[in-house]
Amino acid sequence: MSTAAPQPTASEAPGTASGTQPGAGRPAPDQASVMRQILSGNGTVTVLAIVLSLLISGLLIVVTDEDVQETAGYFFGRPTDMLAAAWSAFSGAFLALFRGAIFNYEASNFEGMIRPLTETMTVATPLIIISLGIAIAFKAGLFNIGGQGQFIFGAMFATWFGVSMDLPFGVHLLVVLVMGVLGGMLWGSVVGLLKAYTGAHEVILTIMLNYVALNLLAYLLNTDVLRREGTTNPVSEFLPQQARFPLLFGEGFRLHWGFVLALAATAFAWWLLQRSTVGFRLRAVGANPAAARTAGISVKGAYITAMAVSGGLAGLAGMAHVSGTEGSLNTSVAGSFGFDAITVALLGRSNPVGVLFAGLLFGALRAGGVTMQTQTGVPIDIVLVVQSFIVLFIAAPPLVRTIFRLPAPGAAKARRTADPVTQPAVAGAAVAGASGEAAVPSVETQEAAVAAESAADGVEDPDPAPTAAEPAPAAGADTQTSEKGETR
Amino acid sequence: MGILSDEKARRLLLPAAVLSVSGLLLTGCGAPPEEGDSNANGEAQVSTDPEVGDDNSDYLACIVSDEGGFDDRSFNQSSYEGLKAAESDYGIKIREAESQEPGEFTPNVNSMVDAGCNSIFGVGFMLGDTIKPIAEKESDIHFFGVDVTDGGFSDNVQNLTYDTAQAAFLAGYLAAGMSETGTVATYGGMELPTVTIFMEGFAEGVEYYNEQKDEDVKVLGWDNDAKTGSFIGDFSNQAAGKTNTANFINEGADIIMPVAGPVGLGTLDAVAEAGEDKGVKVIWVDSDGYESTDKGQYILTSVMKNMGQSVTDVIAEDLKGEFTHEAYLGTLENEGVGLAPYHDFDGEVPEDLKKEVEDLRQQIIDGDVTVESSIDEG
Repeated sequence: MSTAAPQPTASEAPGTASGTQPGAGRPAPDQASVMRQILSGNGTVTVLAIVLSLLISGLLIVVTDEDVQETAGYFFGRPTDMLAAAWSAFSGAFLALFRGAIFNYEASNFEGMIRPLTETMTVATPLIIISLGIAIAFKAGLFNIGGQGQFIFGAMFATWFGVSMDLPFGVHLLVVLVMGVLGGMLWGSVVGLLKAYTGAHEVILTIMLNYVALNLLAYLLNTDVLRREGTTNPVSEFLPQQARFPLLFGEGFRLHWGFVLALAATAFAWWLLQRSTVGFRLRAVGANPAAARTAGISVKGAYITAMAVSGGLAGLAGMAHVSGTEGSLNTSVAGSFGFDAITVALLGRSNPVGVLFAGLLFGALRAGGVTMQTQTGVPIDIVLVVQSFIVLFIAAPPLVRTIFRLPAPGAAKARRTADPVTQPAVAGAAVAGASGEAAVPSVETQEAAVAAESAADGVEDPDPAPTAAEPAPAAGADTQTSEKGETR
Repeated sequence: MGILSDEKARRLLLPAAVLSVSGLLLTGCGAPPEEGDSNANGEAQVSTDPEVGDDNSDYLACIVSDEGGFDDRSFNQSSYEGLKAAESDYGIKIREAESQEPGEFTPNVNSMVDAGCNSIFGVGFMLGDTIKPIAEKESDIHFFGVDVTDGGFSDNVQNLTYDTAQAAFLAGYLAAGMSETGTVATYGGMELPTVTIFMEGFAEGVEYYNEQKDEDVKVLGWDNDAKTGSFIGDFSNQAAGKTNTANFINEGADIIMPVAGPVGLGTLDAVAEAGEDKGVKVIWVDSDGYESTDKGQYILTSVMKNMGQSVTDVIAEDLKGEFTHEAYLGTLENEGVGLAPYHDFDGEVPEDLKKEVEDLRQQIIDGDVTVESSIDEG
């Protein structure tokens, strides 16, 4: 997690990074090698990472299924039972996911058929906007872990101006929107300023400010400032209709104009990063602060701008969530948006268009997860597992390449410049991947073993940890699901 | 940080592979059941209504949790267990959906509507806002809001509320009577009405004891005049619960009531560490802590909120066609709330005090003693 410190690190020559960047002519995304590794993967690896995550999750669904467990007990007595149960668990879960996220072919009317897709877009709206903010910070070499807090500030500002003012239609929504952006921008700028002028690390700052924002929200919801009149529960008044986003397709659907705003925000982020001078400065600083400074770019200014824009977008996301989907504010309004946004930004390779699609994918997983849970009884946690595995594979492109036997672009160079920090992660991931698959019958166990081995080959110095690094992530996932199994 | 050769890696992986394969072989050796054999597993802990019968397989009851999930050892879990009991006793079908964040409440409830549920339970006060607009549209479905105290719902919604202050009042009286240091304490998870109602009732019970006996037992952690108190800020930080409890013990409290779900486990740890000679006791809440935790030896009694029972009861009523819009209110009288047995402390609680608590229970039921913080009926 070594990010661009204000002081230049002489050992990193600007040339080492550029080779791994697919888009020639563009500056490398970051001097930190973790960042470089993550952002330099290509589209194929991304898609394969998603496929692989879905497959592993499918295996988890199968092995945690009660029918499968029961029929596995007499596998050699009547193997067809278990295979049938496994198939029905697997296909049932993914078909439900599809019906809940994209197209419900079981619905009786057209409205019911396309509702899932609109749900996906509704759920994705705030996620796309906040992830754009995180991506812009990434481009400037900043890890903005504070999306959560900035989201809360945007939501708080939007709610207060929505509830306590009475303005005509159109104007009110605009005021609420601007205030939401300002709220997030305020909270983001604090980090940018502290980082630029004191050198404080933005990761620590943002994490701490998340707590401040969360507790401030809880406090204000317990006072008359935000609390709904006539209740002692910590929820706000509903925003009046003129402060809400109008629905896009009428009463039958939850989808609102916030989604159009998300598309506009994507276009804005693309323009900012690719076409504006400000964006160029941000990318230059992200690529190499020392070189940027030498070229006459204000590094401090770039940090402040990046955090302000990043926070502003997070605030806009909070506003869109409250004013569009939810209608009121509560203590956990931010859910896990701030953290999911980091994943989405990584999956989208910090490219605004990529973020848009990554956000839609996560929206689909969330929307479909609901249907999967209610219709097949698969715990919603499996969706989290899918998301986590995606991150794991995205963060370890060599692993994905090895599993699918893809040629490694610039492999020799990658070996020379490999950062020891990333090595244990890669080696650990290889073992985790192997053990995740070891839960299935024998043939695949062998394959997995081979895969893990060759994955270890792929990196120069396979950490001896494989034995010690006994599949912590996979084991954790396992125990979690089995606990769930017990209580159900 | 040595380097592992290919050979070595292969050798290390081999035993693992052998183990997992042999594991599969062993677990696969059971005998298949006879075709068409079904196994029923009942886990009834609640009383059931014989009028309803045990075959209602055409009735689908659905439940949506709040963020806590169905394994929260608190109200989500209790409500879910009530539904499970109805499944095994009345033969209904059930479906459940866990919410991970408030944004999932509406999709989850909508999804239950689509699934064709006859009744939908929303657990937690935050589901009230979710249920309200959906219930207005779906007038054929019966909705139940567990712990929802708001008003203004349509006719097909029944809210399930609990006057826990009544039971906490008894606990406060008992604690005041049992305290040797003359100081008792309570704290909450978050400042929610469903939490503070315990603390208010507890403090009032102590006050009542002081009035009756002309004593001066003090309550730490809740100021009943200012309506402010000590809160952890969440329902998960057991370490904070432990620290908080240790502070209370240092200030002389010898009976502590944590109203914070699993955070209360931190209190049990602190009490265990304080040692036998301090003689600190705990009053658990929601469920009988003697059963649900493994440190029952420190638990004097529990203020129980019998949500499971009430969920099973309202399903039975709905099955009989006796659904009512009027809110269900759990009280001492209908045993929706109550005090758990003393278990290990049965011999230590003086007979006089036991009788006083029992009399007080009757007085509250009869309305001779009123608990100020009680929520209004209806």
